[in-house]
Amino acid sequence: MLQINRYVKVSSLEEAYELNQKKNNVIIGGMHWLKMMDRMVGTAIDLSGLGLDEIIETEDSFEIGCMVTLRQLEQHEGLNKYTAGAVADAVKDIVGVQFRNTATVGGSIFGRYGFSDVLTVFLALDTTVVCHKAGEVSLQEYVKLPQDRDILVKLIVKKVPMAVAYQAQRHARTDFPILTCAVSYWNGTWHAAVGARPGRAELVVDENKLVSGETATAEEAKAFGKAVAKQLIYNSNMRGSAEYRQQITPVLVKRAMLAAGKGR
Amino acid sequence: MMELKFSLNGKKVSTIIEADSLLIDVVRDLGCLSVKRGCETSNCGLCTVFVNDKPVLSCSVLAARVEGQNVTTLEGLQEEAAEFGAFLADQGAEQCGFCNPGFMMNAIAMFRENPHPEEEEILSYLAGNLCRCSGYEGQLRSIQTYLAFKDSQKGGV
Ligand SMILES: Cc1cc2nc3c(=O)[nH]c(=O)nc-3n(C[C@H](O)[C@H](O)[C@H](O)COP(=O)(O)OP(=O)(O)OC[C@H]3O[C@@H](n4cnc5c(N)ncnc54)[C@H](O)[C@@H]3O)c2cc1C
Ligand code: FES
Ligand code: FES
Repeated sequence: MLQINRYVKVSSLEEAYELNQKKNNVIIGGMHWLKMMDRMVGTAIDLSGLGLDEIIETEDSFEIGCMVTLRQLEQHEGLNKYTAGAVADAVKDIVGVQFRNTATVGGSIFGRYGFSDVLTVFLALDTTVVCHKAGEVSLQEYVKLPQDRDILVKLIVKKVPMAVAYQAQRHARTDFPILTCAVSYWNGTWHAAVGARPGRAELVVDENKLVSGETATAEEAKAFGKAVAKQLIYNSNMRGSAEYRQQITPVLVKRAMLAAGKGR
Repeated sequence: MMELKFSLNGKKVSTIIEADSLLIDVVRDLGCLSVKRGCETSNCGLCTVFVNDKPVLSCSVLAARVEGQNVTTLEGLQEEAAEFGAFLADQGAEQCGFCNPGFMMNAIAMFRENPHPEEEEILSYLAGNLCRCSGYEGQLRSIQTYLAFKDSQKGGV
């Protein structure tokens, strides 16, 4: 059970940061993941009074505060117009509406969960993470860093011209995914983020130009999918075997590539 | 120990809580026994309440976080509940009924947010409400007949 001694709704990021330097203190996002742990917490640090629960769209980016919920991601018009619904597609099967009304972007990205649909979709976009002390780092780098005691303040998604789509395989809606996959075409190259292998999502870039341009043919999409599957490491767990995951990777990559950029 | 003040079903309440008290236990202690716990993993939807009109899982919300907020449980929605509940009963949708309060809460949230949901939208909105007895078919029919009734009341769509 999660036990908490003290609850503090902080009035600044600095206060939160100071409190978070103590090992038995913890930042609470939506608390869904934390609640499943057996843990004695000194101080639970609540960031919900800092106005970090907004998605701010500017001319060239989206700034997504760490306390933004998965439901906000799903319903944000601008973000889903830019991603042709890929962000909504990524989160729509995560547990249920009530869950998504409180689960946060901050907790999802900080946790760097292997199964994360959220991490997968943002990896395929031009995303950076802003931390209180460390400043701005690319999401690709952030994913590889170990969990530290800094505060994830927000994500910044740059509005580079992009075609993007999301696909995941699940035994049933609301269950954890067996494989997650987001593809995107920007800066003249195809990208594929694949997660739940079951390791955390990784980004593969079509450096060998297996695909000639934005409108991929079925053959090209298949070839890139196979290259992605070959490059990544797969393992087995109760939801699927390594072989199965590797087999379905090209299928999901291809489906997503053929859907990308079609808009809705 | 700390004092918590919030609005519960439209009434201002004040109570003493611990730092780790969960909203589900606090509202139950205040007499809202429709709110039930059916799992330990944020998965079943049985504990659904509204915080500022949004459906959330009260088993996973720190009570301290609702300071000054509006919390609604099925006890505060008797009229809407009775009306829709009749359609559930008509379809014989439920068996043991344990899932009912959480299901009704989330269905009411859906009716308010999207008065004309497609079948796919209904299934998606209610996917986080588990029922261990039924196959969800009866619930789906009851929602569809209820929505048709609401439309006919208004004289068509
Ligand atoms: C039953 C269940 C099923 C799930 N299924 C899926 C699924 O299918 N797909 C999917 O993608 N995800 C799934 N998730 C994960 C979920 O979407 C969230 O990613 C997860 O719950 C973490 O978000 P949270 O807001 O609950 O964070 P919390 O549990 O509050 O926090 C998680 C961690 O992040 C830290 N933290 C939170 N915010 C910050 C911050 N701003 N800065 C620094 N550290 C921070 C906390 O201290 C903690 O260590 C599931 C979770 C559960 C419990
Ligand atoms: S008790 Fe199961 S989701 Fe809250
Ligand atoms: S009727 Fe028994 S759990 Fe739904």
